Amino acid sequence: MDHIGGAALRNFKYFSPTTLGEAIRLMADQGISTKILAGGTDILVQLRSDRFQVDRLIDVKNIPEMNELSYSTTDGLLLGAAVPCYKIYEHNDVREMYSGVVDAAFIIGGIQIQGRATIGGNLCNASPSADAIPSLVVLSAICLIEGPNGRRELAVEEFCTGPGKNALAPGEILVALRFPPTVASSGAHYLRFIPRNEMDIAVAGVGAWVSLDEKTHRVKQARIALSAVGPTPIFAKEASEILSGLDPNEESFELAAQAAQKAASPIDDMRGTVRQRVHLVGVLTKRALRKAVNRAKES
Amino acid sequence: MSEKVHIETNINGSQVEFLCEPRQSLLEVLRDVLDMTGTKEGCNDGNCGACTVIVDDRIIDSCLMLAVESQGKKITTIEGVAYTDRLHPLQQAFLENAALQCGICTPGFIVAAKSLLDREPDADEGRIRQWLAGNLCRCTGYDKIVRAVLAAKETMKNE
Ligand SMILES: Cc1cc2nc3c(=O)[nH]c(=O)nc-3n(C[C@H](O)[C@H](O)[C@H](O)COP(=O)(O)OP(=O)(O)OC[C@H]3O[C@@H](n4cnc5c(N)ncnc54)[C@H](O)[C@@H]3O)c2cc1C
Ligand code: FES
Ligand code: FES
Repeated sequence: MDHIGGAALRNFKYFSPTTLGEAIRLMADQGISTKILAGGTDILVQLRSDRFQVDRLIDVKNIPEMNELSYSTTDGLLLGAAVPCYKIYEHNDVREMYSGVVDAAFIIGGIQIQGRATIGGNLCNASPSADAIPSLVVLSAICLIEGPNGRRELAVEEFCTGPGKNALAPGEILVALRFPPTVASSGAHYLRFIPRNEMDIAVAGVGAWVSLDEKTHRVKQARIALSAVGPTPIFAKEASEILSGLDPNEESFELAAQAAQKAASPIDDMRGTVRQRVHLVGVLTKRALRKAVNRAKES
Repeated sequence: MSEKVHIETNINGSQVEFLCEPRQSLLEVLRDVLDMTGTKEGCNDGNCGACTVIVDDRIIDSCLMLAVESQGKKITTIEGVAYTDRLHPLQQAFLENAALQCGICTPGFIVAAKSLLDREPDADEGRIRQWLAGNLCRCTGYDKIVRAVLAAKETMKNE
């Protein structure tokens, strides 16, 4: 068929292992360029644009550990790397307790993309503008990684190492993300600025999480993370820490917003200028905090 | 050359078997191997929704799914939407509301809207617009499409 858009894909071998061990063995074969296929909404587009080629695609959607989606009050949330977005926002516990992840799952692409795209793929693809990563950072998610040399864990904020680059060693697979159990009086929110209402890439995005002291109603702890304003999503450490012990009011939000603007190191490109992006970080930080605080009060 | 893979799947209620290369998208196989040309190619990169099909009860862009991934799945395409003796209310409403001009986007819109109304028979205009955000139309300006879906919703409720 003549393709109007991207070209047809070049050939490769397709594997669909049903165990993690089998997937890791396939990944370990030397001299063969191998990539994981989760929802395919990044990698199939990239393969078609001829940016790189692969000899093998390993479909991980039939591996039980990678389809896990479960919550317990002791262990928190376990989100398998192959779980598509719609399953996340249709899961009652996740919707109630991890609204920051739901915000992200709900704005990645349109409904068709959400039928396939995974949060794991969003993270591994490591785009600076990835919408899910700020929520993963502010909710203190841990990457559960498995490879030829066994298992390891890594905090999400250490996972992205550059545009499109991540901390996985050759042969390693992101199996799942683990989120700590939610604490009382806490809430999160992620939002981004795009010129349309849906289906666009963030000009800037901000995720925020706060926990409030149940007696004083002051901020106990906060975490703020930014997207599309640096080579990787950014954990805004100072902006997060500045809020501890403060009343969650406009004055405090302004302080955090200014600190978040300092943490941003955006570039000029076709989506926005440095000046606009820095401005947006300020506005979005305040909006994200307001909503996160409201959610904390309602929780 | 990769070897061809043998796939068995269910399309519009019938068991279907085909041979395909791993690199072929479900869209390519539907159109070029199975001769089911109702599903359209607009962009071939997930942006336009012209290639929308239902796989195991969820809409997806068939240009962004490999045909080999359809092993054992249940697929509905535009060819499976009409009733045996008449058009589906969505198809009828698209005709009556002039919700198409060139028609390239239409199969995708109808399949996506069917999946919404089957799931949420009371979906309001806001929800319809949001659900259809992954479907692009360069001719109609969308309003007639939304009117058609709202009209079909009423017909479907009374069926
Ligand atoms: C039309 C359209 C709209 C989009 N809109 C948005 C948007 O609004 N916001 C946004 O952030 N993104 C958007 N995207 C990008 C994409 O949908 C997301 O990044 C998505 O979350 C990727 O997940 P996936 O499962 O499809 O990843 P895949 O394409 O399957 O994989 C992505 C990359 O990660 C690797 N990988 C995947 N899983 C693993 C794993 N478990 N272990 C190791 N490596 C792995 C793959 O090898 C590949 O390199 C859009 C894409 C399209 C086509
Ligand atoms: S052809 Fe698949 S989304 Fe455009
Ligand atoms: S009718 Fe032409 S694209 Fe929609």
